Amino acid sequence: MATETTRTADLDTDEMVLQMGPQHPSTHGVLRIELRTDGEVVRGARPHIGYLHRCFEKHAESVDYPGVIPYTDRMDYVASMGNSLGYALAVEALMGIEVSPYVQTIRVITAELQRIASHCIAVGTYGMDIGAFTPFLHLLRDREKILDLFEWTCGARLLYNYNWIGGVSHDLPDGFVRASRQFLREFEAITHPELMDLLIGNKIFIKRTAGVGVCPPELAIHHDLTGPNLRGSGLPRDLRKDEPYSGYQNYEFEVPVGKGEFGPVGSCFDRNVVRAWEMAESAKILHQALDRLETLDKVDVREKVPKRVKPAKGEIYSRSEAPRGQLGYYVVADGTGINPYRVKVKSPCFTAMSVFHVLAKGLYVADIIALIGSLDVVLGEIDR
Amino acid sequence: MSLEAAAVHERLRARFGERIVHFEAEAKQPFAVVAGDAIAEVAAFLKAEPDLAFDNLMCLSAVDYPKETPPRMEVVYHLLSYTHAHQFVVKVQLPREDPRLSSVEASWGVANWHEREAYDLFGIRFEGHSDLRRILLPDDWQGHPLRKDWQDPDFYNGMHVKPTAQMAERVTAGEAIGVGPFAFTPPNKHV
Repeated sequence: MATETTRTADLDTDEMVLQMGPQHPSTHGVLRIELRTDGEVVRGARPHIGYLHRCFEKHAESVDYPGVIPYTDRMDYVASMGNSLGYALAVEALMGIEVSPYVQTIRVITAELQRIASHCIAVGTYGMDIGAFTPFLHLLRDREKILDLFEWTCGARLLYNYNWIGGVSHDLPDGFVRASRQFLREFEAITHPELMDLLIGNKIFIKRTAGVGVCPPELAIHHDLTGPNLRGSGLPRDLRKDEPYSGYQNYEFEVPVGKGEFGPVGSCFDRNVVRAWEMAESAKILHQALDRLETLDKVDVREKVPKRVKPAKGEIYSRSEAPRGQLGYYVVADGTGINPYRVKVKSPCFTAMSVFHVLAKGLYVADIIALIGSLDVVLGEIDR
Repeated sequence: MSLEAAAVHERLRARFGERIVHFEAEAKQPFAVVAGDAIAEVAAFLKAEPDLAFDNLMCLSAVDYPKETPPRMEVVYHLLSYTHAHQFVVKVQLPREDPRLSSVEASWGVANWHEREAYDLFGIRFEGHSDLRRILLPDDWQGHPLRKDWQDPDFYNGMHVKPTAQMAERVTAGEAIGVGPFAFTPPNKHV
């Protein structure tokens, strides 16, 4: 026994630098993480981004204001409706354009459908990262129904160019309300309960995520975590409630918050379960919005779209609640041209990644996978 | 208790006096312009003062104004207080040659990444930053592209950055240009 302890004490151990390289099935995009590990335990993690940098902000200065919208779609390509909505709201605020309640309701409908679709990807791929393959398939099946609805409306499944400055590009087709209600019927009755049962209530899933990557609320605010990441840490901050836009004040819904039922508040489990609960809340909003749409008079959805977008000199910072957090657009207009002078995007995933190196210390390598997925990063939005 | 921007500016003026260079009250989102050497203290004050409690840096942007008088770069801080639910905007104006100012990383941890991006794309140096290096562009990229006077380089590591008209003429003439796999002619190309 004495000789064995002496032998282990002589072993020359060293930290290993492991590249969780840009090509990896679980990094949710081209993300490179340099891990410094002591065996299986991570001592330091350094994320490297920029593999998907497509110079959005430079392009925005060389096209006109409406021409920026297809570029905004491509940032967070999993939740495009939110991106173009945020930009349209920013430029409308800059120009003082008010859209009709009909257009506002359409925007809420598409935004909430997009939120469900985006959370389907977030929760489904997260389960898949942990090892649960079936919920991913179920959620993707339902996401396909939403994408079919979008394709019916505007022709595109993923990158819509839908929310224009002053309106939307296409009105909802006849039968859209009925088809959405049919989707919601199936989603709320079958898919969502199955998700809660199969994945969220799964003992293995809980064990893998409930104590991992705990982010206290002060750290979350310090690193500007927003959206489900912030709500997972226990703070009930949601822009749809705090600073409502596009008519969100007309709908009744709750803001789900991480409760720490199976571990400390702010764990990976909490962030993920907030997304699962948000899908049910979005379904609630959708029911109300669809009802409201039927009571409103139909108007031309492009009536307030200006022929030429030429804001006066000024600037604005406008935020909206995208599925991944608060998406902020800082739009600077110099008053002389039809191109924006500067469009800076504050992407929620960018700031979420800034806390990564703090949360990753002391985790096992497998928990790093759990941590990345719980922050729900999409590299298109981080890199722009 | 939520404060208006003018009230926040009053508090700043009382504490920092002349180092608050200007307050634009007429803008849609009023902002205060702060001297470059004061920004770290202003940030700490805005965060620590109980009535202000700007605990969140919503966005840190850099903007290049070469044609304004005077030509300058601006770093714009959009601040939010979760405690009091009020917002404020602070700007710092810098000369376009060798723009440098203090980092606010100590006040808001997220500034680490935002400042790296401002350095990467504009060349603004943040003094006191723990790890100022490029974040979006490759580590060996030369220059700062989001400046208004940026010119694309011709080559990056031997690759053409932008296709030019001369390249099109050369390809039509039959020359195979490009690096690596782009010099490949597919076997089913009908010549």
